[in-house]
Amino acid sequence: MAQPNSLTTPPPGADTQVVPGHVEHTEAHSGAFPPFETSGFLAQLVWLALAFGLLYYLMDKVALPRIRGILHDRAERLRTDLDKAQAMKTEADAAGVAYETSLRDAQNKARDIAQATRNELNAEAEAKRKALEGDLNAKLAASEATIRSRTEVAMGNVRAIAGETASAIVERLTGQVPDPASLNRALDATAAH
Amino acid sequence: MAVTIDPIHQFELKSLVPLGHIGHQQLAFTQSALYMFAAVGVAALITIVATSSRSIVPGRMQSLAEIFYEFIDDTLHQATGDGGKRFMPLVFSLFMFVLILNLFGMIPYAFAVTSHLIITFGLAALVISVVVGYGVYKHGTHFFGLFVPSGVPKVLLAILVPIEVISFISRPISLSVRLFANMLAGHIAMKIFAFFVVQLLLAGAWSVLSPLPLFLTIALTALEFLVAALQAYVFATLTAIYLNDALHPGH
Repeated sequence: MAQPNSLTTPPPGADTQVVPGHVEHTEAHSGAFPPFETSGFLAQLVWLALAFGLLYYLMDKVALPRIRGILHDRAERLRTDLDKAQAMKTEADAAGVAYETSLRDAQNKARDIAQATRNELNAEAEAKRKALEGDLNAKLAASEATIRSRTEVAMGNVRAIAGETASAIVERLTGQVPDPASLNRALDATAAH
Repeated sequence: MAVTIDPIHQFELKSLVPLGHIGHQQLAFTQSALYMFAAVGVAALITIVATSSRSIVPGRMQSLAEIFYEFIDDTLHQATGDGGKRFMPLVFSLFMFVLILNLFGMIPYAFAVTSHLIITFGLAALVISVVVGYGVYKHGTHFFGLFVPSGVPKVLLAILVPIEVISFISRPISLSVRLFANMLAGHIAMKIFAFFVVQLLLAGAWSVLSPLPLFLTIALTALEFLVAALQAYVFATLTAIYLNDALHPGH
């Protein structure tokens, strides 16, 4: 079934009569190894030049500028979005700091007000306490003065009572009334103890 | 009946619209040309139709276009620095063209355009002529300092300059042959292993072994998808590296 004579051009029709099923193969093998068959080179080069030229033109004029544009737009978009996000973050941070500051201010103010109120109340209480104390001290002094005067009066009365008692005792014992001068002397000596 | 193995048939050019001859050259609109224009259409679908809404939040296809763009932009920037921006359309077009054509080749019954040496050589020649053209335009004769390593004794230059020239000339050859050979070999290997499955199935008791080449074919198919993408990437990266020589000649 091999066709060793296929390279030498057989008379047309000879193969067809011998092996009718191999017409196509006979024609196919009529030349050299197809990639080295030089008779088609010119046409292939021309078609290659046309096809590749068309491809180059399309890529150069339409496709690549468009893809470059798309990629550039996307990069630009990403950049602006990131910038925007960064700006927003800065803003949020600033707002956070402002909040912290105002919170601290408010706390300080509250503490000041509390302190002031406490001081005021303390001063008021102190004043009241002092007034009350003064009052009480005055009353105490008055009471002491009263006590002292009463004691003095009472002590005066004690001397009179002692004198009378002593003269009565002496009169009973001796039968005569002691003279008031010696009685007074005796009383003074006793009181001096 | 014996089934003959024919892994080469898939690479034949088929004339869809014959356009006559110029001497030995046959002019025709072939299926290869059709696939090339289809690749341009798919590239336009991904990068132009899918991006027409220009949405800030991309859909799947627009996302794909953006990923390709950023990937090639990164590759080019790493290889050439800031000066390479002007070559973005060239490298991007080459990458998309080769990638889509390679992947077209993975569709069953489809034709792998990049398995033809003349196509890959055409692309490599374009790259090298841009490198030389831009290098001479930008740096004048200083561009040829590329072939003269600095700080080397004059005696050694006699040896080094020819080596540098040969390595530069071999660039378009290696660039084109690498892609062509990868695609050709991969497709032949897939075809042969797939064919073993059929042959073993027809070989009586041996048919119990037929799952082995089947698994190999599946593994090879996965590998070929990887190769298809990788070769497109390699082609674009090497283009960027060669362009760097045009931008910054001199060692």
